[in-house]
Amino acid sequence: MAAFLIRRLFWALFLFFAATIVTYLIFFVIPADPAKLAAGRNATAQDVKRVAAFLHLNVPLYQQYWIFLWNIIRHGSLGYSYVSRQPVRFLIGQDAPVTASLVFGGAVFWLSLSIPVGILSALRPRSVMDRLSMTFVLIGISAHPVWIGLILSFVVGYKLHWTPIAGYCNFFPGSSAVQCSGPVQWAYHMILPWVTFMVLFAALYVRLVRANVIETMSEDYVRTARAKGASERRVMVQHVLRNSMLPVVTILGMDIGLALGGAVFTESIFSLPGLGHDLIAANNAGDLPLITGIVVFATIAVITFNLIVDVAYAVLDPRIRLT
Amino acid sequence: MALLEVTDLRTTFRTDDGVVKAVSGVSLAVDQGATLGVVGESGSGKSVTFLSVMGLLDKRNADVSGSVVFDGRDMLTMRPSELREVRGARIGMIFQDPMTSLNPVKRIGWQLEEAVLLHQDVTRREARRRAIEMLKEVEIPRAEQRVDDYPHQFSGGMRQRVMIAMALINNPELVIADEPTTALDVTTQAQILRLMKRLQVEHQMAIVMITHDLGVVAELADDCVVMYGGRVVEQAKVTDLFAKPEMPYTWGLLGSLPRLSLVSGRLEQIPGQPPSLLHPPSGCAFNPRCEFVMDVCRRELPELRASTAPDHRFRCHLDDETRDRIRVAKKAALNPEEHAA
Repeated sequence: MAAFLIRRLFWALFLFFAATIVTYLIFFVIPADPAKLAAGRNATAQDVKRVAAFLHLNVPLYQQYWIFLWNIIRHGSLGYSYVSRQPVRFLIGQDAPVTASLVFGGAVFWLSLSIPVGILSALRPRSVMDRLSMTFVLIGISAHPVWIGLILSFVVGYKLHWTPIAGYCNFFPGSSAVQCSGPVQWAYHMILPWVTFMVLFAALYVRLVRANVIETMSEDYVRTARAKGASERRVMVQHVLRNSMLPVVTILGMDIGLALGGAVFTESIFSLPGLGHDLIAANNAGDLPLITGIVVFATIAVITFNLIVDVAYAVLDPRIRLT
Repeated sequence: MALLEVTDLRTTFRTDDGVVKAVSGVSLAVDQGATLGVVGESGSGKSVTFLSVMGLLDKRNADVSGSVVFDGRDMLTMRPSELREVRGARIGMIFQDPMTSLNPVKRIGWQLEEAVLLHQDVTRREARRRAIEMLKEVEIPRAEQRVDDYPHQFSGGMRQRVMIAMALINNPELVIADEPTTALDVTTQAQILRLMKRLQVEHQMAIVMITHDLGVVAELADDCVVMYGGRVVEQAKVTDLFAKPEMPYTWGLLGSLPRLSLVSGRLEQIPGQPPSLLHPPSGCAFNPRCEFVMDVCRRELPELRASTAPDHRFRCHLDDETRDRIRVAKKAALNPEEHAA
């Protein structure tokens, strides 16, 4: 177990360097002048130069990267946004819960749809139910999240007035950053983004669950259970479900980790002030510290969720040892 | 009256390529406390016959007809709930591959207890006590500790012992063993067979031993059924079958048994492949591979007919004289003492 964690830690460090260095390199290649953007429209050439010096943009790239590393090691700081001058850590801390609400809520939505539907279509292959769900799967896989989001927003929000068209409310009451707050308002505003996520991911998961349940049902130990005299219901609950959910856990962990780093499309459509939203804004403004910060956060999220998946897997499947 | 009496059992599978006739009119009987050996190569229908008996085939693509009378009741017409009361309680089943026949994420003890709790109104503690007792009975060392292990912590032979324990835990009157030793190495095979023999005496149960190994039949069985292409081609008491095999397929099976005293250096083999059950050959299913094939074999399916010994029946168009002559010639090539046993 200790060896496993140490190896994971080295792997995390490696990923951290790989991700941040690539980010710096790409940023260097992009023909943008962050100093000019940060100085504003009416700034003189002199001003731009002063801003560049202030933001350490006048030194070579490797030195900029070193300053970034040093700030993390010395101050535990991810630097300050070029645009808003606020600490990147503060910005991420403020906006990550929005993205987390979107991703975790979405995961609950897509799982609670796709697990029952997947199981039902596995039990009755080629039935009407199975064919309907496969059609839904096809739409979900083919459609783009932007399209799904816009259609939902237009039909459910604008035409039917069932939900807000866009916007976000804090879960915890009393926050000044947005006007509304409280769990009810939060959920009310999140429904459409969650449904967008659900349509997008449930498609994949229905297929995944269906395939795994069908495969597990043809296992020898399922026949053994029937030969023991177990009822179909018991066979399903005790022998099929746990075994067929093992691969789903793996994929789920990876998807959540990836989605956390930037639910870019969905957040943009529904004007959710999350990390994906930040990423687009930072990219347009050439805000390198914020971009790097979000990349670091996404890397940590992916690593963490892979770790959680591995541990969960070891708990669910006694054959797996963490070594 | 026989404990299990199968009459004219027919099983077909609907597949995308057409209807597969896996079992075409099989009749056989198992007596109380006796052992029936069912021999045949892969695809002869021997496993499907007994999966049909147990109602374990997927009803969505398998059709079963005929009758399967167990202790006076037809299992094919039972309601699912009645069938479940027979399965695992009065008929136990052991499968071929012990590596895949146990649920990998449940403890051995849990799986044994499940078998008890499904059929007996006892507490979990009592079920656990039964499980440990049964593990001891199948000679698993340190049963008290091993009951909490997972299947992957057991070797193949030990897992098959667990499967046997699970099949026997409710004291069934009949155990159907579907190639229980095929996946095991030779020394383990012998141990498992010896164990089953001992348990049969102690539990006074009947056994159906499905195998492709005539050696296993010789060691364990009282009666024997030889299957080919979904039909019974020869049935007899084991002693009669070995003393006077009546048809070419059985001759081939006996000739391919390895023995130390073999005169020629090579084992005899049956040429060709098992018949396609989707497009079976017309007439006798064995005719494409039979070295004594005649015109009539390609046209007509030979009926089961009686041999000299009681309850000895076989399918073959060859007349008695020719069969006797061939059998004598075949036997001369082998060691005669071995055969008499």
